[in-house]
Amino acid sequence: MAAPLLLKGGRVVDPSRDLDEAADVLIQDGRIAAVGLGLGAPDGATVRDVRGAVVAPGLVDVHVHLREPGNEDEETIATGARAAVAGGFTAVCAMPNTDPVTDNQAAVGFIVRQSLRAGFARVYPIGAISVGQRGQQLAEFGEMVAAGAVAVSDDGQPVASSHLMRTALEYARTFDIPVADHCEEPSLSAGGVMHEGLVATKLGLKGIPAAAEEIMVARDILLAELTGGRLHLCHLSTRGSVELMRRAKERGLRVTAEVTPHHLSLTEAACERYDTHAKMNPPLREAADVAALRQALQEGVIDCVASDHAPHAYDEKEAAFDDAPFGIVGLETAFGVAYTELVQGGALTLPQLILRMSTVPARVFGLPGGTLQPGAPADVVALDVTAGWCVDAARFHSKSRNTPFAGRSLTGRAALTLVAGEIVHDAPAAAQA
Amino acid sequence: MTAGLGKDLIGLERLSPDQIRLILDTAEPFKEVSERPIKKVPALRGKTIVNLFFESSTRTRISFEFAEKRLSADTVNVAATGSAVQKGETLVDTAKNLEAMRIDMVVIRHASSGAAQFLGDRIRSNVVNAGDGKHEHPTQALLDLLTIRDKLGRIEGVKVCLVGDILHSRVARSNIWGLTKLGAQVAVCGPHSLMPRGIADLGVTVLRRVEEAIEWADVLNVLRLQLERMEAGFIPSLREYYRVFGVTVERLAKAPRALAVMHPGPMNRGVEIDSRVADGPHSVILDQVTNGVAVRMAVLYLLAGGKPELADAAKGPAAGGTD
Repeated sequence: MAAPLLLKGGRVVDPSRDLDEAADVLIQDGRIAAVGLGLGAPDGATVRDVRGAVVAPGLVDVHVHLREPGNEDEETIATGARAAVAGGFTAVCAMPNTDPVTDNQAAVGFIVRQSLRAGFARVYPIGAISVGQRGQQLAEFGEMVAAGAVAVSDDGQPVASSHLMRTALEYARTFDIPVADHCEEPSLSAGGVMHEGLVATKLGLKGIPAAAEEIMVARDILLAELTGGRLHLCHLSTRGSVELMRRAKERGLRVTAEVTPHHLSLTEAACERYDTHAKMNPPLREAADVAALRQALQEGVIDCVASDHAPHAYDEKEAAFDDAPFGIVGLETAFGVAYTELVQGGALTLPQLILRMSTVPARVFGLPGGTLQPGAPADVVALDVTAGWCVDAARFHSKSRNTPFAGRSLTGRAALTLVAGEIVHDAPAAAQA
Repeated sequence: MTAGLGKDLIGLERLSPDQIRLILDTAEPFKEVSERPIKKVPALRGKTIVNLFFESSTRTRISFEFAEKRLSADTVNVAATGSAVQKGETLVDTAKNLEAMRIDMVVIRHASSGAAQFLGDRIRSNVVNAGDGKHEHPTQALLDLLTIRDKLGRIEGVKVCLVGDILHSRVARSNIWGLTKLGAQVAVCGPHSLMPRGIADLGVTVLRRVEEAIEWADVLNVLRLQLERMEAGFIPSLREYYRVFGVTVERLAKAPRALAVMHPGPMNRGVEIDSRVADGPHSVILDQVTNGVAVRMAVLYLLAGGKPELADAAKGPAAGGTD
């Protein structure tokens, strides 16, 4: 076991205990040993000066695509986990739309083994809802959970069959895992490549109406009420979805939701000039949607921020808008975008942002982490929220570069990331090397 | 105004009213070239132009080819069928290969919106959009503008209604930009299932019935109804479309003023337009085709750096003397 580590002089923000104060954090044996002012360093301890930084529980991303197995040229579990810690994430949940699909215990076990071999962030597999994500037969939730899956989802594909969604919510109750749905009514979205609105009309691109998402959000909420299952709604993008979520929460249903940094900061206007780095599903919507999503996150109507990190090879995005794949990378820009847009933008306080990027997502998916409570695993991030930095996709640890934020000036990035007390990302050290 | 058009002609959305007028004015002297016994001027001698048609086209491709040949350019036609494109070559590879061959201009027609922009952003040659997906078809709108100006003597204040499938029409989008920039009043009319979201925000009036359009307009621009729209469930049948939206002699008879009827072709007779209208006194459809060559000559000439004030001189002496 590594020597004890004392993080000295930081501002400790731990939303799990409503803590926001100057304090030291002592880490011993991979766990948080103590949090307090003027802590002494035990014998042999490494002391790390983190004055000026924010020390917080490591960020947790419940929605990433790591492309392994199947598309290792775009990302691997190792490169994705490395990108995660560079972005301040100590745990990520990997979606099952791999090739082959992660729809059985052996496939789930493979992801667990690959992530242990890689180190860096903890990687929790999400199993498929249906075999092959074909939307017909339920996958074996029980065996997948036993192998390490923390949720099920057919993300990338909507669950078109209401019957399948119903049975998934019911069947998942035995294992008390959330069923995460990508809400998209496929007959309404078919052929669509961006938000259906004025920009799509001007560009002559087929739109995806807000109703394509909202119909499924409404359906899923009704099914959650019918079944008593745990429903998690992925990457909400419309103000109508926010209203449906608000009503679901008022009714006390077990429904949670996430929103991405890009849906909180960009609109359909980013697609102008056919920029394929602004092509994602659900699409970027309108300014009124962005405003509603921000307010919902602030109020807790939307529970957490998730990146929907979706790596693609550079030449796949180098195509006509219709032909380019959906999705962007997000692990290494998520905190910077969220801090710059939401905290500096005045929508959220820093503790609220940490709550929505660490404590709550860990709780929603039942993961360890999201807290600096003594005794908890030492998954910790020291965040630099003072220095500005410019997004240079060529320096990403991710294998892919497909980001609409390239060249953007952001504030907020991970200076130091610890997983189980081990330093897995050290920005100042890397800069000196 | 001496400013040119820039490197590419992607669409009318990004052109200023002055730039549009410049093209129309430059087209005027070129009209005459096509009336000569020897239809050739040396304006683009030594220039190489590739006509890159990823989507089939007869009228537009031939019109461009005549425009190029009458300006003495060297041209190569590439059709998607049988080319590297069909063998899976990507648009970016096609662009790089064209660049490597040091060509001067590319005229591109493609089924994907944004394809012309994509090419223009990646090669140094001039790019002319000959229709990209549902986005724009700028030279079609320019020839429509020229035809309206010929027939009515002006564009400003003229009431033009586009009739039909607005949702899938690049001709409609280019016409809306061009007409509104030059001060025309623009309306659109068609089934609401073929009307794009937010169309009124582009400064056009949406008319529900074709009878209203005929009562309101000075010019009807009747768009082609693609037969596959019915299969995709946007409209129930071609028969009903003709009954409800067809531009017929009977409907035109109720027009309060003389109407000009345009159509970008190819026509579906008996679907969007009555044959008796297409061939009748209201129709300016063949004038559009004639103007197409002149407008495309003007665009190619201006993009190649030709001076608008010299367009007349650039024609060189007409066979049989100057006029």
